[in-house]
Amino acid sequence: MPEIAPLRRIVSKAVPLPLPNIDTDIITPMERIMDGKFVEFAFEALRFDADGAPRPGCALDDPAYRDAEILIAGANFGCGSSRETAVWAVKGLGFKAVISESFGDIFSSNCFRNGIVPVVLPAAAITALLDAAQSGETLTLDIERRVVEQEGGDRYGFEIPPLRRTALLEGLDDLQLSLRLADEITTFESRDRAERPWAQGVAMESERPLGTARKPE
Amino acid sequence: MTGTMFEKAWAEHVVKPLGGGEDLVWIDRHFTHDLSGPFSLKSLQEHGLALRRPDLTIAVVDHGVSTETGRSEASTPASEKLMPLYRDLTSQYGVRLFSIDDERQGIVHVVGPELGLCQPGAFIVCGDSHTCTQGGVGAIAWGIGSTEVVQVLATQTLIVLRPKTMLVRIDGATSPGVGAKDLILALIAKYGADGGSGHAIEYAGTAVEALSIEGRMTLCNLTVEFGARIGFVAPDEKTFDYLMDRPWSPRGEAWTAASAHWRWLRSDPGATYDKWIELDAGAVAPQISWGTSPAHTVAIDGVAPDPAEAPDAATAEAWRAALEYMALRPGARLAGLRVQNVFIGSCTNSRFEDLERAAEVVRGRRVAEGVRAWVVPGSQSVKRQAEAAGLRDVFVQAGFRWREPGCSMCVSMNGEKVPPGERCVSTSNRNFVGRQGPGARTHLASPETAAASAIEGRIADARSYADGSRHA
Ligand code: SF4
Repeated sequence: MPEIAPLRRIVSKAVPLPLPNIDTDIITPMERIMDGKFVEFAFEALRFDADGAPRPGCALDDPAYRDAEILIAGANFGCGSSRETAVWAVKGLGFKAVISESFGDIFSSNCFRNGIVPVVLPAAAITALLDAAQSGETLTLDIERRVVEQEGGDRYGFEIPPLRRTALLEGLDDLQLSLRLADEITTFESRDRAERPWAQGVAMESERPLGTARKPE
Repeated sequence: MTGTMFEKAWAEHVVKPLGGGEDLVWIDRHFTHDLSGPFSLKSLQEHGLALRRPDLTIAVVDHGVSTETGRSEASTPASEKLMPLYRDLTSQYGVRLFSIDDERQGIVHVVGPELGLCQPGAFIVCGDSHTCTQGGVGAIAWGIGSTEVVQVLATQTLIVLRPKTMLVRIDGATSPGVGAKDLILALIAKYGADGGSGHAIEYAGTAVEALSIEGRMTLCNLTVEFGARIGFVAPDEKTFDYLMDRPWSPRGEAWTAASAHWRWLRSDPGATYDKWIELDAGAVAPQISWGTSPAHTVAIDGVAPDPAEAPDAATAEAWRAALEYMALRPGARLAGLRVQNVFIGSCTNSRFEDLERAAEVVRGRRVAEGVRAWVVPGSQSVKRQAEAAGLRDVFVQAGFRWREPGCSMCVSMNGEKVPPGERCVSTSNRNFVGRQGPGARTHLASPETAAASAIEGRIADARSYADGSRHA
């Protein structure tokens, strides 16, 4: 389970990565998950050519963006596999926030659970922020006020569910949160057992051997 | 009050509203597989936490295991490493494990529905993005990350931001040779790989009703490729007929009560959705992907696009990179491209009906010289059924390899890969860079298209097989 540090405000340069549909297989390919080098080789296909030589011009390795904590990504960032390694790799590269027009839903949820903030902004704002990132501007991302600010003062408000915001600000994790609701869970569980007996309880005790079932054979 | 099925199912799973659209919800079934399961159970143990409902937790092996005939747990480095841990932890926690020696083993999303573990309206999660497949029987099923997996193990609940609702209506009659896979690929090509982001999708319309339950699972399988976590088809008489008498389906009075409840769950007439889109099934031809996103898909007689005609600079760059990776020129015809590999399998298209459709094309023909063609059934049950129906013989006589159930070349973490630079027509769901192995070039298609391509050694239009005109 990830350690989550409270996150209030990020003041940093931003790495521009405008390609749409960057999937979690690109972020952490299965080969690199298996050999344990998924942070070192995060975004491998974008950063290295087929012979393993660094691709010139890849913003992720550009020294101009050293220590950047914000990633500005193309639409549908983090689509594909549910692998949480993708978020761990983004975090491992030093990012605390990803800004995009849209995210893969599972990736976005995984971000929150690792203390990374996925910020959704409209296309026009993304275009402006990509420009700002490319010219080396420092951006300010304020989670408390839910706003991204450019150096010149242009600002873009974003939405974030209130509980997620609190969790980020205080470094809370869902497990602790829900363990605290154990009584409510138990109450629900017994009521539901009576109301939907086919869904729990009897249902799971009533397995028939495959051979006696009409199906699936 | 009129409501959608999603809203009704959601309401009956809320343990506690947490404000701002987030709720603590109850989880009815939790599947784990051999990649996500062992580490999550270990993490639970390291936290000193109990597994709240081992009876609602089901462990399956599919990702890392070999699919070679005569396999063992030691056949691949991944399963050799993961299986002892998985076996040990599932037995300590009292979780059912369908291992490779179990007659119920198979790909998690194939096994759940066929055993009757998945029910309409049930909330089902798994640390795997294609959990949405189970929406084919009407389940509200979605993929979760590994942190969420630990929470479900410990509490049988999750904190979830309630997605918005979307109705995808697919009406009209499909032409011969066009199936569920083509419908969903066409939908993604039309509306984009993020067309469903943030929504729970209900598929409806005459073309969806006409699909078998297995076809509906194929349709729901690619929901995540459409940007959404959840996609389902409301249960109808076909669903009930499919579920009745499955090993874990309710029986007797419980069945009567359950099926009445499932009928009630269906969206009410006049229920409203946050978003509403349509697809004309009659206008859909067999589909083939050309690039590295499922949205990079065209009709089988289509061509690769020209980045110069892309709607914006980022898309142009993505197309250019995809064309380079796929070794295609703008305007290149897809049909006729030489292929070295054909993979019929994965949780998208490895059920009995998929194999039957592919076998119809293959029957009495030979796989082309130089093509490695595999059929990997989705489960032991599918395999037995296909063998009993003579499908295995059809494939083997044609020169296909007939293998044991598992994910295999869909994700290649068990070492079963497409070699670098080679092309593969695959019935799986992802044509991502390196998905089938580093440098592998994947073309997503239906089982019929994959079968026809194996026969011709080139990407082929399966419709020319429908009337038997090319019979050898
Ligand atoms: S078959 Fe492929 S998509 Fe399906 S669960 Fe296995 S790896 Fe995932």
